[in-house]
Amino acid sequence: MSNIPVELKYAKTHEWARMNDDGSVTVGISDSAQDQLGDMVFVEVPEVGQTVDAGEACAVVESVKAASDVYSPVAGEIVEVNDGLADSPETVNQDAYGGGWLFRMKPGSAVDLDAMMDSEAYAGFLEAEDH
Amino acid sequence: MLIFEHSRPGRRALAQAPHHSEEVSDIPAGMLRDNEPLLPATSEMQVVRHYTRLSQKNFSIDTQFYPLGSCTMKYNPRACNRLAMLPGFLARHPLAPPSMGQGFLGCMYELQEMLKEVTGMPAVSLTPAAGAQGEFTGVAMIRAYHDANGDTERDEILVPDAAHGTNPATAVMCGYKVREIPTDRQGDVDMEALKQAVGPQTAGIMLTNPSTLGVFERKIEEIAALIHEAGGLLYYDGANLNAILGKVRPGDMGFDVIHMNLHKTFSTPHGGGGPGAGPVGVSKRLEPFLPLPIVGFDGDEYYWITEDVRPQSIGRLSAFMGNAGVLMRAYIYARMLGREGMHRVADYATLNANYLMARLAGAGFDVAYTGRRATHEFIVTLKRQHKELGITAMDFAKRLLDYGYHAPTTYFPLLVPECLLIEPTETETREELDGFVEAMIKIQQEAENSPDLLKEAPHTQPVRRLDEVRAAKQLDLTWKPAAG
Repeated sequence: MSNIPVELKYAKTHEWARMNDDGSVTVGISDSAQDQLGDMVFVEVPEVGQTVDAGEACAVVESVKAASDVYSPVAGEIVEVNDGLADSPETVNQDAYGGGWLFRMKPGSAVDLDAMMDSEAYAGFLEAEDH
Repeated sequence: MLIFEHSRPGRRALAQAPHHSEEVSDIPAGMLRDNEPLLPATSEMQVVRHYTRLSQKNFSIDTQFYPLGSCTMKYNPRACNRLAMLPGFLARHPLAPPSMGQGFLGCMYELQEMLKEVTGMPAVSLTPAAGAQGEFTGVAMIRAYHDANGDTERDEILVPDAAHGTNPATAVMCGYKVREIPTDRQGDVDMEALKQAVGPQTAGIMLTNPSTLGVFERKIEEIAALIHEAGGLLYYDGANLNAILGKVRPGDMGFDVIHMNLHKTFSTPHGGGGPGAGPVGVSKRLEPFLPLPIVGFDGDEYYWITEDVRPQSIGRLSAFMGNAGVLMRAYIYARMLGREGMHRVADYATLNANYLMARLAGAGFDVAYTGRRATHEFIVTLKRQHKELGITAMDFAKRLLDYGYHAPTTYFPLLVPECLLIEPTETETREELDGFVEAMIKIQQEAENSPDLLKEAPHTQPVRRLDEVRAAKQLDLTWKPAAG
């Protein structure tokens, strides 16, 4: 079974989100997603300062199998991106929840990550998808 | 080894040397180059050996079964190539007046007529030079149609997730937003989701039918009615045309525009980067927007239909009329088959796929859409093998090469995990298909008993398994001479 940390929230499109102490939200793709995609070749992150809607495609992860959009789980402004992934996209494979984070954003309004799945619900979602 | 690495100063191969029929002396001095071009200097024998060796390394339809799903790697009859290369066709100058090219124009006119018949579309333009350009043309015409009607608020193209990946890219190239429509468990378009998505913003839908899941879209008439009711148009991606070839016709299903990949369905080898031919067929309402030139016939002479009589045309896609050689092969192929033969191509393409699917299912492999009839291709999923044995679809694919079979398409469509998309085509014999099944059975046994054989495959090819990440990231495409 893939690794699903309990402190994170998850989207149906396989992003994870972490609420930071300063109110910002860090986003990446789940361990299950990186496992499905296989070895990463390129990662394209958004630009700092860019504003995105919830559900808007704002990053791209490309593996030897496929290129996939990454959707922003909440609306807000991108405040930091993981530039290191340009040179070492494999970090997403090795450490999806740590060094493989994609971008950090400042949510536009009081954001409620509760709309996203918790780890248990995401585990169930993966199970159901794996029909 | 590159041909350049065989090069030594002073070597010559007269047979390959360019022939100058005339001395050219009126080029201004400023436009002449100062140094010799960097061309390899090799002997004739070196050239022969070099290219013969390269050809032997080629894994091709001429030597092996090539069931690369969604690609239709079928045998291209030699006659098509030979006849397309008759000197009259080959030496014809594209700027020659129509009166001097009546033979060629007549062939192209008849090809237009035959493609209309095969697709059920009332009008055809041959000019798009490849599938991608055909797609672009199709959606550009949809845009031109809405614009001509003053219907400029439509900004969305619907694309089912079982469509070809090029479809969303095409819609974006034409300035549309893409909305993806999910697929239901049986592999059909999710009708509820489609109904939710259709609206006054819908410019059209791009469908591949049969879809990339290797099944026919059963609700196509319902889909067509829904889209047309909302004022949208239907685009047919012709990549899978080999499955239906005149048996059922996109025009009869309600489509407004279709592109055809003549370079896969109609006898031009493909996969090497071209040239291709991606003609488009359209419904009456889109005819005024077709790209030019088109060949017309007044009952006496063939002529070019141009902008003066088609002011609403989206224009020209290249200087001339597409890739003439590919179009000629397609014409000859269609002529040789005739109507009956054309139907037989679709019959055997689907029969071979269904036979292969039944045999693989019988041998214990998991078919992705059980209970559905295969089209000209079908999907086997190796999800179970991945879970139980740690063996991936890629491992199976690489091991197949050792058994002398080109691998099926792997990891496409994205909707099915660990998948092989298998397309045998109509040109394979039953013995060949049985051989493939036997190889798959053996590989399954190896997966259970000696998995390293798969994980390290291929073992018998000129190159071992490539580091795909490095191959994608560190491209090495330019040869440079060693210093000094």
